[in-house]
Amino acid sequence: MAPSFLFSQFMGGLTTAMFLFLIASGLSLVFGIMRVINFAHGSFYMLGAYLAWQGVQWFHPTGVGFWAASLFAAVAVGVLGAVVERLFFRSLYGREELYQLLFTYALVLILGDVAKFIWGTQQLSVSTPPVLVGSVQIFGSTQPFYNLFMMVIGPAIALAGWLVLNRSGVGRLVRAAQMDREMLDALGANVGTVYTGMFVVSSFLAGLSGALVTPIQSIVPGMDVLIIVQAFIVVVIGGMGSLWGTFWGSVIYGEVLSFGILIFPGFSLFSVFALMAVILIVRPWGLFGRPL
Amino acid sequence: MLEVAGLSKSFAGFRAVSDVDLKVETGQIAAVIGPNGAGKSTLFNLITGHLQPDGGTVRLDGRDITGTPPYRICRMGIGRSFQRTNIFARLTVFENLQAAFLVHHRRGVNFWSRSETLYRDETTALLASIGLVEQRDTVAGTLSYGNQKQLELGLALASDPALLLLDEPTAGMSATETHETIRLIEKIAGERALTLLFTEHDMDVVFQIAQKIAVLHQGRVIADGAPAEVRADPTVRRVYLGEH
Amino acid sequence: MTTETTATRTAAETPAPGVRVIGSGASLWSRVPWTLIIFVFACAVPWIGSRYNAFLAEQIAIDALFAVSLNLLLGTTGLVSFGHVAYFGVGAYVCGILMKTYSLPFVIAFPAAGLGAAAFALVSGYFCVRLIKLYFAMLTLAFSQIIWAIAYKWNDVTGGDNGLPEIPFPNMDWMNSLPLVGDLKTADRFYLLSILLIAMSLAIVHRIIRSPFGRVLTTIRDNPERAAFIGVNVRLYQLAAFVVAGTFAGFAGALYGIFSRGVFADYVFWSKSAEVLIMTILGGMDYFWGPPVGALALVWLNQEITDYTEYWPFVLGTILLVLLFAFPGGILGGLDALWSRARRVRRA
Repeated sequence: MAPSFLFSQFMGGLTTAMFLFLIASGLSLVFGIMRVINFAHGSFYMLGAYLAWQGVQWFHPTGVGFWAASLFAAVAVGVLGAVVERLFFRSLYGREELYQLLFTYALVLILGDVAKFIWGTQQLSVSTPPVLVGSVQIFGSTQPFYNLFMMVIGPAIALAGWLVLNRSGVGRLVRAAQMDREMLDALGANVGTVYTGMFVVSSFLAGLSGALVTPIQSIVPGMDVLIIVQAFIVVVIGGMGSLWGTFWGSVIYGEVLSFGILIFPGFSLFSVFALMAVILIVRPWGLFGRPL
Repeated sequence: MLEVAGLSKSFAGFRAVSDVDLKVETGQIAAVIGPNGAGKSTLFNLITGHLQPDGGTVRLDGRDITGTPPYRICRMGIGRSFQRTNIFARLTVFENLQAAFLVHHRRGVNFWSRSETLYRDETTALLASIGLVEQRDTVAGTLSYGNQKQLELGLALASDPALLLLDEPTAGMSATETHETIRLIEKIAGERALTLLFTEHDMDVVFQIAQKIAVLHQGRVIADGAPAEVRADPTVRRVYLGEH
Repeated sequence: MTTETTATRTAAETPAPGVRVIGSGASLWSRVPWTLIIFVFACAVPWIGSRYNAFLAEQIAIDALFAVSLNLLLGTTGLVSFGHVAYFGVGAYVCGILMKTYSLPFVIAFPAAGLGAAAFALVSGYFCVRLIKLYFAMLTLAFSQIIWAIAYKWNDVTGGDNGLPEIPFPNMDWMNSLPLVGDLKTADRFYLLSILLIAMSLAIVHRIIRSPFGRVLTTIRDNPERAAFIGVNVRLYQLAAFVVAGTFAGFAGALYGIFSRGVFADYVFWSKSAEVLIMTILGGMDYFWGPPVGALALVWLNQEITDYTEYWPFVLGTILLVLLFAFPGGILGGLDALWSRARRVRRA
């Protein structure tokens, strides 16, 4: 095992991890506040990807076009999130969690077909923005600039999120809502707005990650289902509602997948679910989460 | 019959129950009183296994039952009613009690008989003794508050307990309802020779029927004895009765 | 007796939640032996209908059993499982492997399928019932995906992503001598065999739900804390329910493998768990016949819709939305509400 090969595998795992982290962070956020697993999160991700592609088609495919398109996609998905939350999700809050989960699943079904209807079933792709084209050699392995860029964006969001949540008034409100919704209600704080806000932020993040993943992954139907399963595992391992947990969960997931394949090919698929099961058995609230 | 020694429980630094000693003799009617937050419900939860104590023991007829899971404690002959009405809302009153009998007689492992045919006579008898004969086919969730409390009592009695723990049995009741409930409890306790331990806010009720009173304040027992003693105790007067 | 008819049920007349039959009290409807009629009708399909009708009917029947087994967890015990397809899959693979790879007869493979599913349910259930609601659901999902991963990758045993095609039909030569039946083709013969086995299974599950054991389960669904304090070892009963439900899911899976002429990994993907969950709630999870009604509705709708459009998921999602927001009680719940209202109007 040449060190450069190992390093290559490691970097590959890290790339996967940082992509996942961006997506999973939104999922973890919604769960932390609203105690609901949003299965439609993967669908928002997929819509972000499709909308980014669409945006690139519209805004003349220059270097700036990609960034504008990504922002457009993220904002559009954020708006969709707001609409979904206000119109539908609201009325399900008092009800059993099962109904809320099934609602998000219904969204998965509907949004998946909407995407299919609008964009068809063939693979679409977006080219890497010119400013990030190319690669660099590190320790004998080739690292595309775009991948490195993604590896930086991930922790950047984590830091930004951590700062907002811990240092600002909004953050305090969010943490209070996390702990006791009823109390907050009683104090007159507008809990509804907090929930909508969080949902919008989460959807925005999903859309953004979908958009940013397009240069290195083709856009296909079914990418929503594929990603939500992975994001789910990451959030379970790291701990629901903990951004830091999501970060480490992503890293663990990425590296297990990357190195697991070396041990024996079929292993990694099995091992990530086995890991998820073990965490749930031993420490259900994950590495960094808090007991419900 | 029941002996609690040095029982303690803290929640994240807050000492809910601190070094509590309590003794209830067989056949006695005992009460635990104290202001809100004094630790009465926590004490009950510790006795019935819903919470694990940090220290101390609970003994039933000499046997150490500290921290035993609730379902086992129930089988040992301790019945309990809960402060917030805890019944099977979607079953009828009859079915509620019938279910309790089924479980008590260990019929839960029966996969074959039709459950509605078992223990009908016992259920009818219990319905009569708690005064819910007319409501036997009402879905429990639609009962009036008072009736639900009666059903609570019935559920606790179905397991044929020797010791009955009642957590605020007259909470939220009018004066008439309280009076009726206490009559009922007294009657049943007499009929079945039960040992009774209850918590209460209503002082009249307590002094009416309790033979022994323990006063809790901030998790500690500050007085313990016959009603007359407790009434006269200066600490109690200062802390509790004065406020009331 | 109170005048509020909707809040009253005579215990002797109608069973409690989980086993409710539409409408209550003595009336013309409840005197008709519906179950028997449906069973006879189902058996008659090969003669009165086409091969295609029998195909659909068998699909519905197998899904009905699968959904009823899930409802033992969901409607009766209050356990929300997202991974019920795992036991369906274990049953399908055990039966398929024993019959195809080892050429064992159906009389051995079928019970073995149930046993295998029960064993896995025991192991996975042991861990699952220790967790509260949300984590319980997540762990059931994890176990189910583990089964999927094994099915997908263990090429030697499960055929990997190629699966196990061409599972043989059981030997049904003993039917040759029977009147009427002897003239049927193999597929139709298996249809009758399935209907018989499924009917028996449903009868057993129905009996279990109405038994004292089933009654304990409904108390657990209603109020686990109270159940514990009338002496119920809640975890043990939940585990028992889990194993029973898993066993019957395994039987459904075994039949499905033969019926669809093969066992493949995507049978065990989590979207199937979602489908059976939807079926159960669509029909009405508070009723014994809810899941079969849901199976009927979903299979029929699927057939109709996919003739016109490929956007079945969109339709399913919309149905689910309507269900969640307008008819949480499902089809039977809606019918029951209409029924009660009609009776009240009649009495007034």
